[in-house]
Amino acid sequence: MTNHWVDIKNTDLVLIMGGNAAEAHPCGFKWVTEAKAHRKAKLIVVDPRFTRSAAVSDFYAPIRAGTDIAFLGGVINYLLTHDKIHHEYVKTYTDFSFLVKDEFAFNDGIYSGYNPEKRSYDKSSWGYQIGADGYVVTDPTLQNPRCVYQMMKAHYSRYTPEVVASICGTPKDAFLKVCEMLAETSAPNKTMTIMYALGWTQHSYGSQMIRTGAMVQLLLGNIGAAGGGMNALRGHSNIQGLTDLGLLSNLLPGYMSLPSDAEQDYKAYIEKRAFKPLRPGQLSYWQNYNKFFVSNMKAWWGDAATAENNWCFDWLPKLDKGYDLLQVFENMNQGKVNGYLCQGFNPLASAPCKVKVSGSLAKLKYLVIIDPLATETSEFWQNHGEYNDVDPAKIQTEVFRLPSTCFAEEDGSLVSSSRVLQWHWKAAEPPGDAKGDQEIMAGIFLRLRELYKKDGGAFPDPILNLTWKHRQPHAPSPEELAKEFSGRALKDVTDPKDPTKVLAKAGEQLNGFAELRDDGSTSCGCWIFSGAWTEKGNLMARRDNSDPFGIGQTLNWAFAWPANRRVLYNRASCDPGGKPYDPTRKLIAWDAATGKWGGSDIPDFKPDSPPEDGMNPFIMNPEGVARFFAVDKMAEGPFPEHYEPMESPLAVNPLHPKNALARANPAARVFKEDWATFGKADQFPYVGTTYRLTEHFHFWTKHVRLNAILQPEQFVEIGEDLAKEKGIKAGDHVRVKSNRGFIVAVAVVTKRLRTLDVEGRKVHTVGVPIHWGFMGVAKNGYITNTLTPFVGDANTQTPEFKAFLVNIEKV
Amino acid sequence: MQVTRRQFFKLCAAGVGSSSLVALGFAPGEALAEVREFKLARTTETRNTCPYCSVGCGILIYSLGDQAKNSHTEIMHIEGDPDHPVNRGTLCPKGAGLLDFVHSPDRLKRPEYRAPGSKEWQAISWDDAFTRIAKLMKDDRDRNFIAKNDKGETVNRWISTGMLAASASSNETGYLTQKIARSLGMLAFDNQARV
Repeated sequence: MTNHWVDIKNTDLVLIMGGNAAEAHPCGFKWVTEAKAHRKAKLIVVDPRFTRSAAVSDFYAPIRAGTDIAFLGGVINYLLTHDKIHHEYVKTYTDFSFLVKDEFAFNDGIYSGYNPEKRSYDKSSWGYQIGADGYVVTDPTLQNPRCVYQMMKAHYSRYTPEVVASICGTPKDAFLKVCEMLAETSAPNKTMTIMYALGWTQHSYGSQMIRTGAMVQLLLGNIGAAGGGMNALRGHSNIQGLTDLGLLSNLLPGYMSLPSDAEQDYKAYIEKRAFKPLRPGQLSYWQNYNKFFVSNMKAWWGDAATAENNWCFDWLPKLDKGYDLLQVFENMNQGKVNGYLCQGFNPLASAPCKVKVSGSLAKLKYLVIIDPLATETSEFWQNHGEYNDVDPAKIQTEVFRLPSTCFAEEDGSLVSSSRVLQWHWKAAEPPGDAKGDQEIMAGIFLRLRELYKKDGGAFPDPILNLTWKHRQPHAPSPEELAKEFSGRALKDVTDPKDPTKVLAKAGEQLNGFAELRDDGSTSCGCWIFSGAWTEKGNLMARRDNSDPFGIGQTLNWAFAWPANRRVLYNRASCDPGGKPYDPTRKLIAWDAATGKWGGSDIPDFKPDSPPEDGMNPFIMNPEGVARFFAVDKMAEGPFPEHYEPMESPLAVNPLHPKNALARANPAARVFKEDWATFGKADQFPYVGTTYRLTEHFHFWTKHVRLNAILQPEQFVEIGEDLAKEKGIKAGDHVRVKSNRGFIVAVAVVTKRLRTLDVEGRKVHTVGVPIHWGFMGVAKNGYITNTLTPFVGDANTQTPEFKAFLVNIEKV
Repeated sequence: MQVTRRQFFKLCAAGVGSSSLVALGFAPGEALAEVREFKLARTTETRNTCPYCSVGCGILIYSLGDQAKNSHTEIMHIEGDPDHPVNRGTLCPKGAGLLDFVHSPDRLKRPEYRAPGSKEWQAISWDDAFTRIAKLMKDDRDRNFIAKNDKGETVNRWISTGMLAASASSNETGYLTQKIARSLGMLAFDNQARV
């Protein structure tokens, strides 16, 4: 979230789209209720289903699954043509006036530089015009046809209300009503928050859906303001933290990234990431990349990381391509992966296309499961009848199942969706011989290290030199690890402005990432978490819930990254002169008397930069401003374009009916053999979409008696029209089939799923809750990812679980 | 003389009439109408965070057992933390069922091993499990580690063993796991944020 849960109470309008907070995040959703009750805020829900969020909304608009870019592109068109934008904000704080390269083009759904064989783009034309001074050329009059404003206006002019209604199945008047309500928040003292979740991420163009939402928020001037922002409602209790710590195939902690094969030169690796400002006077905070990187390497390899060996740069693995979950299962399926460790992750249930995942796991030599619960993955080799019909004798995988602790049996911190790191305490011992995850990881690692010490082997240096200064080496403590990622001084750290002033003495915990150095004198395992554990102690354990400004900031409750800041981009809540656009919801303001920014939040800005210096609020971007034109950052193009889901009821993209290349996302990666697994609308005419229920959490709570009682049995939801067409009554057992397999479940016939009019035909949706499997205390059921396609978002490779094709029949 | 409620009931059970006890001045310190002490009064309260979604609701865990040697700590109640600024004491149907997660019959209790082709689990000690896993990993890494690519560039990667980390594990576990995985040269490495 750019903002945070409690801040939702400060909003004037809530748009829930691509999520269902009332059901999936109920205790966070209460802040929507607060905003409605106390600020008279309105709630809009746009969703294929009339969800529990929709049930308490002021306005609900249905939409066909997978068409959100068309809808939001239509909103952009509405805001621009009706001049409902925050003029000062977009002119000053965004790239509206930036000129785009002349070579850049968009033709019938495809951007310049496309290679259809590789299904990817040469992005060299996707950039700004750079002047002789090294800065981007701008046209403050916004008249130049190559300026971002003019190009965006032209791009979205195709997204008329009629086109939107036809693609999305949203009635035109409902679409326009949403536009009108959103447009009201273009007033400088009005804000809207957008709340989204996996309903936006789980598409083959999910990242672009989110971008389109962010563009709407920028046009309205709602980013950086209290009650505004783009608020991703993360799915797990620490999915934010593990993302922050970089536990993704291509990342290092704090959103640093691993080098590619071509990046053999350390200095070039750093320079590519330490972006120089693209406009005069801008901060471009990533210029400090080297400080974050060197401190990270010092945390990992201590004295072995030196200036001479480039701080162990070559010890990091380099990427020849992405190794995301889908790529890894593809490799596994090809017999290229021998071992796999699943630490609290159940891929047989949560990865797409079960038949492929199951077959891939069976090709492993060894599989290690670390989990508090008996997962489906741990028994992928076991015959569980119709739900997992395999022959154990034919599966040669060696499997280990190691019992770990659950939340109640450990100390440690989790990062909530609000980016708040909260410490929790152990309440009891784990059952039986279960051990904590840290002890299990240490157990495996220390034995590996012993073998390398004794016998040698492939490149042992990074293993033998990994820092391991734990009082109990076999069980590193959470306190030690938290101090390590928060960072400490290895030598005295002094003030660059006054070298006699010592900011942190050698051996002390650092106060924050501003004290990190690139000369090896600081150590920090995750720069954005720096300051979580200082000489003052564990700030994540703070429990002062006071709210002196009355807008829910609670700065002394736990610790938010970065730097305990609660609302990102908060400089943008003020006008260029430094005055809040809405003084009643002041986050920060410029105080000329003290020469500092301050208020109810930690400024997301250089704290002593006066407004007249013209530094802009988006300090992580080298432009200093927010981008409508994403330059080369996205896989499928600088402006989001509507494409059809990989499996769609439509044979063509209505925006590009004659261009087959632009039907689905042209940059989505599809593995060769998977093309044949995609279904067509003639055999599978209905749109399938998967989701959560409020009574369950993924595949855990079927092991939990209370939740098994609340929702004991697998079901699917269908609308009344489809039920009538197929002769299905509520309570009947139905078989839902995709081209990859089938599930059998009880049918719930409901008004909540309506039939949509799309491109002159009727489109039905089949809703598939995800929570069942063949382990647990609830009734056994089918793994719903039996149905889903093996394709992901072109940028993140997050699977397309929210829109695919199925058929349905009464059993 | 102080008589606790429990002693008082014991005395009653011993067959002595309560009225005569009262007459002798053995009146209990608490109202007789209260038949059972509030269970939570003798529990330990521990602050924790709900492990499910990312709202990060504060929870209070109540456990019986006084931490003395040989006393077994038993978690017997979990509720929302009223001091927590986000959930302010509330919990959803998932959080409200947390006690049954802690005590789920499907909690794993001992390390187990499934041999190739086998239909069943067998017990294995932690030490044997760690030793065997480390050997499998080392054999695979030594055999398949790629120090240089076809162009002779240094790449130092190990892609024939992969790992999925847990987005419900703590930052401390996540950090340690990240550090170990990269020291081994692992790239086939993700967490639930990918799906």
